[in-house]
Amino acid sequence: MAQQLSVFLENAPGRLSRLARFLGDKDINMHALFVADTSDYGVARVICDKTDEAVAALREAGFSVTITEVVAVEIPDRPGALADLLDAIAAENIDISYSYCFVEPATKNAVNVFRLKDKTAAERIAAAGFRVLSDADLHA
Amino acid sequence: MKKIWNEAAECMPRAQLEAMQLEQLKVLVPHLYNTVPQYKAKLDAAKIDPHGIKVLSDLKYLPYTVKQDLRDAFPYKMFAAPMADIIRLHASSGTTGSISVTGYTRYDIDTWSECVARSIVAAGGEKDDIIHVAYGYGIFTGGLGLHYGAEWMGACAIPVGGGNTKRQVQFLRDLVTKGGMGCTPSYALLIAEAARELGEDPTAWPLRYGIYGAEPWSENIRTELERQLGIDAYDIYGLSEIMGPGVGFECEVKNGLHIQEDHFLFEIVDQQTGEPVPDGEYGELVITTPDKQGQPLLRYNTRDVTRVIPEPCSCGRTHRRIERVTGRTDDMIIIRGVNVYPSQIEQILMSYSEQLAPQYQVIVTKHGSMDHMEVQVELNPTFDFDEIRSLEALRAEAREAIRTTLAVNVELNIVEPHSIERTQGKAVRLIDKR
Repeated sequence: MAQQLSVFLENAPGRLSRLARFLGDKDINMHALFVADTSDYGVARVICDKTDEAVAALREAGFSVTITEVVAVEIPDRPGALADLLDAIAAENIDISYSYCFVEPATKNAVNVFRLKDKTAAERIAAAGFRVLSDADLHA
Repeated sequence: MKKIWNEAAECMPRAQLEAMQLEQLKVLVPHLYNTVPQYKAKLDAAKIDPHGIKVLSDLKYLPYTVKQDLRDAFPYKMFAAPMADIIRLHASSGTTGSISVTGYTRYDIDTWSECVARSIVAAGGEKDDIIHVAYGYGIFTGGLGLHYGAEWMGACAIPVGGGNTKRQVQFLRDLVTKGGMGCTPSYALLIAEAARELGEDPTAWPLRYGIYGAEPWSENIRTELERQLGIDAYDIYGLSEIMGPGVGFECEVKNGLHIQEDHFLFEIVDQQTGEPVPDGEYGELVITTPDKQGQPLLRYNTRDVTRVIPEPCSCGRTHRRIERVTGRTDDMIIIRGVNVYPSQIEQILMSYSEQLAPQYQVIVTKHGSMDHMEVQVELNPTFDFDEIRSLEALRAEAREAIRTTLAVNVELNIVEPHSIERTQGKAVRLIDKR
């Protein structure tokens, strides 16, 4: 399992930039950012290199932030790779709440991040032959 | 532990109480007729013989006093005692318009202190208690009212007043080694929130009870106060025109407020017709102050909406109870022809306390010719908001609950924690921009 920051933001100009600037000033590097929004508010989901430090600093500064356990799976960056992974997840009958992906510059592999309700999902995806990344893998 | 301060007065048999009220009223009406020109004019206009009171129910023939009468009498025209006997002035907090002044004689201050003392003891107060008073001191009746009541029953009052929330936290933690606190319920929540931010756990403090008033609050806010502060939370009712806090209070039963009928005669009247309503029905609370000296009032319409709880209370007091005040008709807003009280919205929002924080604001605007009501409520920072669909489902459900209850459409927005401005006195729940 990997840890993701979820930050509650009012949907107004400057809110996301305030978050990004804040993390930048604290020398925290984001690997991935995914924003879900409604007309009035949004939730910014962030994978970054210093999760605990980021949470403490954000709370201190008055941001509403929680840590969400997500499953990060490494797949080759080629056509059809994501479909293979999703087939495997569907075969295990695991529900996906949301998903986003980013490419690791070092390995040129894609990392697909999922929020899954099923607690045993990570083990079962690994058992199906996929590489599930830990926090340490993500920050390497 | 006996939680009744003055058993003779508070548990007086009804027949004796009513006989006393009648005797007081028979003295009050002629006295007001002779000393306050405004009352002479009112009674003459209504063709009332000031000596004609025969039974207590004759009260209903007397003219009302309304807020405007007090404004017209500004500053001292309704005082029934000479300034030589007046020892204190207070004024209304002015939440709903211009101020009006009240004068107190020594006897009035003592009565008030006695009434508040009864309220504190009913909440569990004892003589060796320390009572942290975080109501505003000064011209507003909250601070000095609770202060004098605490001293009257022999407790130790700390006159903290409002403001400096960090100091409030420190005093509550370090100075209240046994006892309680008093302030507005919204300020108590703010103090609890500030304590947590400072790394404190208020439920670990020795604080046992809180006496909260000066704004309408709901049963859900009680649950929240009790959970966050680890105390018993009690409502206290009053208004400066009548006296201040202590006109009514909750006993340990926490079901309605006993009006202190040995000092305050009350009626519930129909908002439109002004006729008394049958027991148990909702209407406006009207109070007469039979033994007040400084500025006694005949049938003062508080505009507070409530009902009588007709059943006797299991605490043993004979003074009748009213249901907690749901709102003042002055605070009522009319949205597309429908009467709405901010407290009704609060009740609904607070039933989602896991997801929402007890901080909200109602903003009314005009969209073209149509009234538009927006409710902003803060997210509870401990809620797992990552899955937007659960927040959106909650938002739809709460909006539907408000629409069904109030019969008005509402825009409900969940906002960031701490984004609604906090106040140290009465919370600003309504912003009417029309």
